[in-house]
Amino acid sequence: MASTTEAAVGRQGSAARPRARWTRNISAKIAALPMIATALVVFVGGTIWTVVYSFTDSKLLPRERFVGFDQYERLWETSRWIISIQNLLFFGVMSLVFTVVMGFILAVLMDQKIRHEDTFRTIMLYPFALSFIVTGLVWQWILNPDFGIQGVVRDWGWTSFTFDPLNNPETVLYGLLIAGLWQGTGFVMCLMLAGLRGIDEDIWKAARVDGIPTWKTYVMVIIPMMRPVFITTLVIVASGIIRLYDLVVAMTSGGPGGNASQVPAMYVYDYMFQAQNLGQGFAASTMMLLSVLIVLIPWAYLEFGGKKHG
Amino acid sequence: MKLSKMTALLAMTVAMPAMATELEVTHWWTSGGEAAAVAELAKAFDASGDKWVDGAIAGGGGTARPIMISRITGGDPMGATQFNHGQQALELVEAGLMLDLTDVAEANNWKDIVFPPSLLEACTVDGKVYCAPVNIHSPEWLWLSNKVYEDLGIPVPTNWDEFVATAPQVDAAGKIPLALGNQPWQSNLAFGAMQIAVAGLDAWKAVNVDKNMDVAAGPEYAKVFAAAASARELARKSTVQDWNQATNLVITDEAAGQIMGDWAQGEFQVAGEVAGKDYTCLPGLGLNQYISTGGDAFYFPKLDDPEKEAAQKRLAALLVSPEVQVAFNLKKGSLPIRGDVDLSAANDCMKKGLEILAGGNIVPAGDMVWSPDVQKQAEDLMVEFWKSEMPAEEAHTKWVEILKSGL
Repeated sequence: MASTTEAAVGRQGSAARPRARWTRNISAKIAALPMIATALVVFVGGTIWTVVYSFTDSKLLPRERFVGFDQYERLWETSRWIISIQNLLFFGVMSLVFTVVMGFILAVLMDQKIRHEDTFRTIMLYPFALSFIVTGLVWQWILNPDFGIQGVVRDWGWTSFTFDPLNNPETVLYGLLIAGLWQGTGFVMCLMLAGLRGIDEDIWKAARVDGIPTWKTYVMVIIPMMRPVFITTLVIVASGIIRLYDLVVAMTSGGPGGNASQVPAMYVYDYMFQAQNLGQGFAASTMMLLSVLIVLIPWAYLEFGGKKHG
Repeated sequence: MKLSKMTALLAMTVAMPAMATELEVTHWWTSGGEAAAVAELAKAFDASGDKWVDGAIAGGGGTARPIMISRITGGDPMGATQFNHGQQALELVEAGLMLDLTDVAEANNWKDIVFPPSLLEACTVDGKVYCAPVNIHSPEWLWLSNKVYEDLGIPVPTNWDEFVATAPQVDAAGKIPLALGNQPWQSNLAFGAMQIAVAGLDAWKAVNVDKNMDVAAGPEYAKVFAAAASARELARKSTVQDWNQATNLVITDEAAGQIMGDWAQGEFQVAGEVAGKDYTCLPGLGLNQYISTGGDAFYFPKLDDPEKEAAQKRLAALLVSPEVQVAFNLKKGSLPIRGDVDLSAANDCMKKGLEILAGGNIVPAGDMVWSPDVQKQAEDLMVEFWKSEMPAEEAHTKWVEILKSGL
C-alpha cells in the first residue's frame, strides 16, 4: 500500500516539475558538441570568411581592402575560368549520365541472384577505395602512348593503332571520363543495388503475373519507385564532380598544353597560391560553392521540406 | 634509478656544443645539375661547423613556392628557403615573417660586392636587407644540338632567324625543331626570351621598366608575337613535361634546339657534353646579346631561437662568400653575384654570360618588375597561345590588357 502511494506521489512529483527538453539525452548532446563546434567553426565559419574576403583585394596574405565585385568581374572576364567551367560542365554531365546508367545496369545484373555475388560486388567497389590521385596516375600510365594500351597493341602487330586521348586537346576530357567512370561506377552500383533490394518481392511477382516484360518492369515500375535513391545518387555524384581536382592534376595537369582540361578547382588553387592572389581564388571558390548549393538546395527542400506524406 | 639515468642523458644532450646547429633548407633544385650544385652549398655549410638539412621539393618553383609559403604563414618555418629574385616573398617580408640581414650585409659589404645592384635592391625593403642572392640566371638562351645540323650538312645557326629558316629541313629529317616542355612557365620563358631578342632593348625597357602601354601595343611587340607564332609551329611535336626532359631531347639529338635559361648548362655538363663541340649556346637568342638578371636568393624565415638565428646569419654570409660562389655557380651553370671571383674553370657558355654581365648588357628580370599575379595571368595566356591556334594579334591584345591590370 505504501509503495503505490509513494509511486503515485513520485509520479505526481515528476508531473509537477517536468524535466526541461534540452536535458533529455544530455550525454549524447555533450558527446556531439565537439563535432558541432568543428562543423560550425571550420566549415561554416571558414566558408563565411572566404565569401567575405572574396570581396577584398587580398594578395598573398588576407587584408581588409574591400573592392566590391571587382574580383568577380575579373573572374568572369578571364578566358581560363570560362574554359574550365565549360570543361567541368561537359565532364560533369557525361560523368553523371554514364555513372548512373552504367551503375544501374550493373546493379540490375548483380540483382539476378548470381553465385559469388559478394565477390563481384567487392571487385567492382575496389576502385572507389582508391584516391583520385592514384586513379589518375594509373590511368595516365595505361593511356600513355608509348607504354600503355597503344604501345602494347602496337607491339602485338597493329602498328597503326592509335589510342592517345590524353595528348589531344579534343579528346582529353574523354580520357579523364574513362578514369572517373572506372572509379565511381562501383559506388553508384552499390547505391542502386541497395535501392533495388528495397523493392518488395510482391511487386516482382505482380508484374510477372500481369505478363509485363522484364525490361518494361524496370523502366516503368522499378525506376519510378527508386526515385529517392536516384535523387540521392545524383546529389552525391554531382557534388563530388564539382570538386574535381586531383584526377586532373594526376592525369594531365590541366593540359595537354593550354587549358584543354582545366577545371575550376585548379583555377582556385593556382590563383590562391601560385599567383599569390587570394582574392581571385576566393571569388572562384565562392562560385563553386554557389554551384554546389544550386544542386543541394532543391534536394534538401524535396527531402526535408514540404508536407511529409503518411 | 631509471629516471636519474634519463635525466643524466637529457642533461648531456643539452650541454652539447651549440656550434653544430641544424638548419632545414628548402629549395626546388632537383634535376641532375641542380642537385650537384646544391650539394656544394651543403658541403660548405657542413664544413663550417653547422648542419645543412636538405628539404628539396620536386616539381619546380610553381609547386614548391606554395608549399614554402604555406609553411611560413602556417607557423612551421624552415631555417632557410630559396626564392627567385623579385617580388615572390615581398608580402612575407612586409608581414614581418623574414629575418633582417642588414647587419650581415653591412659586415660583409654586400652593397659594393653584389653586381648587378638590382639583385640586392630586390632583397631590400624599407632600407633593410632580407635575403642573400646566390646566383644570376638568365632565361634568354637558345641551346642547339650541333649533331642535328652536322647530320643535315648545314652550318649551326648563329641566331634565331637562321634557326627558324633551317627549321623546315630539321623537321623533314624527323627531328623536333624546338623542344618545349608542357609546364606553363616554360612557354612564358620562351616568350620572354623572344621579347628582348626580337623587340630590342629600348622597346623592352619601355614596356617593362617604364610600363609604357603604347609601346606594348605597338609594332615592335606585334613582331614579337608573330615570331612567337612561328616558334609555336616549330614546337608542335614536342610532348615532354619537365624542362630538363626537353633539354634531354637536345642532349640526345632528338631535337634541334630549346629556348631555356642558362641553368640548362648543368644538364649538358652532367651528360658530359662539351660547349661548342656537342652543343651551342646563343645568349639573347643570338639576336640581341642581352640577358635579364633573374636568379635565386635565399630568405630566412624568423625563428624564435637565438642559436638558429645566429646559424641563419652564418649561412647568409657563407652563401655570398667567394669560395662558395665559385663552387656553386660552376656546377649550376649560373653567374656569380660578385665580380671578384675566379671563374676560369667555367665553360664557353658561362664565359659568354660573364662577358655580357661584365659589359653591363643586362636588364632586370620579369619577376622583379611585375607582381606574381600579372606573371600568372601572362603565363596562362602564353599556355593558351602556345598550344592552340590563337592568332598572334589576339594574344597581343590580351597581353596588353593583362599588363594594364598590373599597373
